[in-house]
Amino acid sequence: MTENAYLIPLLPMFAFVMIVFFMRWNEKLSAGFSIAMILISWVMSLVILFETLGRHGEPYEIYFYLTSFVGINLEVGFLVDSLTAVMLMVVTTVGACVEIYSVGYMKDDPRFSRFFSYLSLFLFSMLGLVLANNFFMIFIFWELVGLTSYLLIGFWFEKKIAADAGKKAFITTRIGDLGFIVGLLMVAFYAGTFNFGGVFDKVSAGLIPAGIVTVMGIFLFCGAIGKSAQFPLHVWLPDAMEGPTPVSALIHAATMVAAGVYLVARIMNIFVGSAEASMVVAVIGLITSFLAASIGLVQNDIKRVLAYSTVSQLGYMIMALGLYGYDTAGGHHSAGYVAGTLHLMTHAFFKGLLFLGAGSVIHAVHTNDIQEMGGLAPKMKITSITFMIASLSIAGIFPLSGFWSKDEIIAATLHHPVFLIVTLLIAFMTAFYMWRLCFLTFFGKPRDQHRFDHAHESPRSMTWPLMVLGFLSIFAGWVAIPWLPHGFSSFVFHGELHHASPNIILMLISTVVAVSGIVLAYFIYYKEKISADKLAEKFRPIYKLLYNKYYFDEIYHLLILNPILKFANFMWSFDAGVIDGAVNGTAWLTIVWSNIKLWFDTWIVDGAVNGSGWLVRQGARILRFLQSGSMQFYVLFILVIVVVIALIKFEFIRIDIHWPVITVVFVLGVTLLGVLSKLAAGSEDAPSSAKQEE
Amino acid sequence: MGFPLLSSLVFIPIIGMLVVMFLPKERHSAIKWTSTLISVVPMLISFWLLWDYFFNYAGDAAMAYVEGPVSWIPILNIQYYLGADGISIPLLALTGLLSTVSLLASFNINFRVKEYFAFFLLLEAGMMGVFVALDFFLFYVFWEVMLVPMYFLIGVWGGPRKEYAAIKFFLYTLFGSIFMLVAILILYFTSEPHSLNILELRATGSAMAYSLQMVCFIFFFIAFAIKVPVWPFHTWLPDAHVEAPTAVSVILAGVLLKMGTYGMLRVSWPMFPEALRSLSFWIALLGAIAIIYGALVSMAQKDLKKLVAYSSVSHMGYCMLALGAISSVQAITGCMFQMISHGLITGALFLLVGVLYDRAHTREIAAFGGVGAKLPIYSGIMVFFSMAALGLPGMSGFISEFMIFVGAFSALSKIMVGISVLGVVLGAAYMLRMVQRVFLGEFDQKRWGGLTEINFREIVTVGPLMLLTLWIGIYPKPLNDLMAATLENLVNLMAR
Repeated sequence: MTENAYLIPLLPMFAFVMIVFFMRWNEKLSAGFSIAMILISWVMSLVILFETLGRHGEPYEIYFYLTSFVGINLEVGFLVDSLTAVMLMVVTTVGACVEIYSVGYMKDDPRFSRFFSYLSLFLFSMLGLVLANNFFMIFIFWELVGLTSYLLIGFWFEKKIAADAGKKAFITTRIGDLGFIVGLLMVAFYAGTFNFGGVFDKVSAGLIPAGIVTVMGIFLFCGAIGKSAQFPLHVWLPDAMEGPTPVSALIHAATMVAAGVYLVARIMNIFVGSAEASMVVAVIGLITSFLAASIGLVQNDIKRVLAYSTVSQLGYMIMALGLYGYDTAGGHHSAGYVAGTLHLMTHAFFKGLLFLGAGSVIHAVHTNDIQEMGGLAPKMKITSITFMIASLSIAGIFPLSGFWSKDEIIAATLHHPVFLIVTLLIAFMTAFYMWRLCFLTFFGKPRDQHRFDHAHESPRSMTWPLMVLGFLSIFAGWVAIPWLPHGFSSFVFHGELHHASPNIILMLISTVVAVSGIVLAYFIYYKEKISADKLAEKFRPIYKLLYNKYYFDEIYHLLILNPILKFANFMWSFDAGVIDGAVNGTAWLTIVWSNIKLWFDTWIVDGAVNGSGWLVRQGARILRFLQSGSMQFYVLFILVIVVVIALIKFEFIRIDIHWPVITVVFVLGVTLLGVLSKLAAGSEDAPSSAKQEE
Repeated sequence: MGFPLLSSLVFIPIIGMLVVMFLPKERHSAIKWTSTLISVVPMLISFWLLWDYFFNYAGDAAMAYVEGPVSWIPILNIQYYLGADGISIPLLALTGLLSTVSLLASFNINFRVKEYFAFFLLLEAGMMGVFVALDFFLFYVFWEVMLVPMYFLIGVWGGPRKEYAAIKFFLYTLFGSIFMLVAILILYFTSEPHSLNILELRATGSAMAYSLQMVCFIFFFIAFAIKVPVWPFHTWLPDAHVEAPTAVSVILAGVLLKMGTYGMLRVSWPMFPEALRSLSFWIALLGAIAIIYGALVSMAQKDLKKLVAYSSVSHMGYCMLALGAISSVQAITGCMFQMISHGLITGALFLLVGVLYDRAHTREIAAFGGVGAKLPIYSGIMVFFSMAALGLPGMSGFISEFMIFVGAFSALSKIMVGISVLGVVLGAAYMLRMVQRVFLGEFDQKRWGGLTEINFREIVTVGPLMLLTLWIGIYPKPLNDLMAATLENLVNLMAR
């Protein structure tokens, strides 16, 4: 079966295509077909899990198709090892549960078929991501899950808040992907291949400089920061709760957000090669986990509490993996890898269950606000019991799933005191906020009688998945009971297999921490011995800070979003004003220049032409006087000319001067006389000549 | 030598133009169908070339389907010389496809129909000609021939500021082509014997003096850069796009812009390797600026068409970034992929914006909202192409951008490429903002209640583009193999 593993993602893809093109008019058929496909995928995953167990986790790799882009091989291949096999089980199980659940939850939605087509597309992408055997492919599916997440968060796109949340999710995760892409470019450049094995070989052989490995690891981790909603890019996940609740359960709790954790686990060889990069990973995980858990303490929206819980738990896993890389790079043994991957699995089940349970509650009371709920347990037995099982599991109560994985995580922090203390604190907070949720929702007096009266248990299509996941929330972690001879840690491990001895003291401490969290919640929200309001009043600044989620959204708006939008607008006016202004300015200058030329042409060039004509005409007018026909005048004229010539000759030759002064005075005098005599003689000449000129 | 396929690509549209001119001008549908059907012929020929080239010539960098050289104006040694290789064949197919698609999208033109379709066929002839010409004189003639119908198509059938846009487009391009003409003359007079043969000059160009190379390279660059358009020569583009009728925008974005990058790859890049090497950093820098700048300006747009137009500036910036990474075959291959994928995706986006504009008579983004509920099919297609434009894997845009990044990362400054990657996020931001404001949110039933769903003809126009976008995105190998030998040869020529 393993050699046909590519069918696992292709079956949901087939469902997607069939629904979009042939089945979307028939809602029942659409839902039924996509559920059937994911169930077949589930069966195949189960078979593959056993086959992989049979091979003791030995990796099985196939290049399904191979092409070469001049120098770099782009492969379409898949890799089945123990991590893949476990993830396939997780994704198909939760996927199948969520699809079945959605039949009830999405009933009467006008876009019912479309919902199932999107879910199928998501499952295709997610399963492809899990199976990918190289960086290039994992990135492709990585982006595709981002797309389906976008489509599903904004599924009720008429609600502006939902559409906003989808956009925010896509863009925020893309910021992380920016780093991922740069990491990929570094992989291509320094390793010359995208294949996981090929890259890891180069890293472990020391063919890539240590500094480069560190930078590469951190850049690749940026992708995980975005997808797994880690600090500082965690802001999108709580908003993503605007999507339908089954989507929150599948994508934003159990699978897609775990992709970042999966990526870190998958490329652990790179982190093992760099203690610095690993420390960055661990610290980011710790910060995220703490911030989110503290925010979760005071939120009132049932889904947002769960969302912050998810962020916090993902931070847990990331931290454990980071610590593993750090310790291993330093040559120490660490339980971090097993802890991270185990928690990835158990968390998927109980968090999926919590979301589906929350969905069942919301379905019943039509509100997300836990302050308007209360006392629902008797009315919704299955929902409340399964929800509490999951809450116990996530709090880490013996012997539920969560206990075993959380215990491993705490064990991973043993050599790092700061991490250990903060981790225990987070465990306490987790137990507290989860049970605050339980007590406020299911116990006490109903705080909104009207909503309470209309509440009812959900239909069977919704409660069955709850029970399946409830079962898994109890037992899934048992595979990792440390006393088992062939437990989880001898199946999913990294590097050399080694057995950590069970640490009873640690187990006791973690149990005490968890129980005390639950007990505190019990006293505040069930017995109401301690008033929550008074506490909030007493620690007002802290409460406000937590209630407003550390003002991350506001800070981002102020420092990043608004400046970028302003800058974009500035660039736009720059483009219109300066660059296009230069073009239009050039055009304008050309026009001005051509106008100057026009003026020059009209007045100077053409002016010279017309002017010479005018001069000739004027000259002719003057000369016309000479043609008077009077003999005396002609004689006088000849006389004057003769005198002038004689004078000139005399002046130049005899006196040897440069200016013929006497001649000029003579000519001027004669001309003056002539003009005067003309004016005196015939002033009747003038009008006629003026007429002629016209 | 068999049937002159390349010549027929050029002359069938011209014959078509003549046929259309003899049709009675009031027979609108006859004119429309005749010109569309005529344009199908060169489209099929170009597809056949694609097919035939892939199977018979793709391994070799030499020109295929060579016609000529036939002496045409002997006194100037001008030849009629056509040929096609791995970089022109895909662009010919793109031209053939987009021409038919655009003609089909022009069926709602009802004003001076005969002139419109005649001009369109002339435009097609010019475009085909540029991609097959191997003689500078021919190249230049086709380059200019294309301008005239374009000028009229924008200036007569355009929007409110059509005259301004048309003149700006025409003069700007003409301004550039003067530089090209001078460079061609320099090449002509420095070659011995005087020649205008592009292939011959390409072979001897590297022997030119460095300073002369520099002059010619920059002159050609100005001509081509205006066409691409490379930042900061881009401002004619948004104006032309906004004013042009839908189909003309498609051709403008889909084919005309590629002539710039094609010219670089065909002419100036391999011809002046020394000048190229000393300028490549600056070329890549212009590309990187365009990527970020175009994306930011897109984000500020209020008009749908202008948004797509500025996104073109950003997308062509990727091409320039790649063209700066001259030592990397991946980057140059990525550049070709980007040219084709941009032609498909942006062409489709313009078609789709046109579809909405025809119904709503406005392109103002803020006027819409929630259209997704009213027009599910249209919105689905639009979201598909928006995703393609922002580089979602599985579609052609991703392949090209990724190849460019991988290639540029190895050949260029790592920091510059790292900053260019920002374009990926900005691209997502402006596309999704647009999608959200137009298609998501509340629907204004009172204002837009009468909008009708995309019709069959319109689906036929975008359908092929969708399929090709997906095909190249999922299985890019054939296109890559088709161009590989030619591009490798080009990179070797550039490395001389």
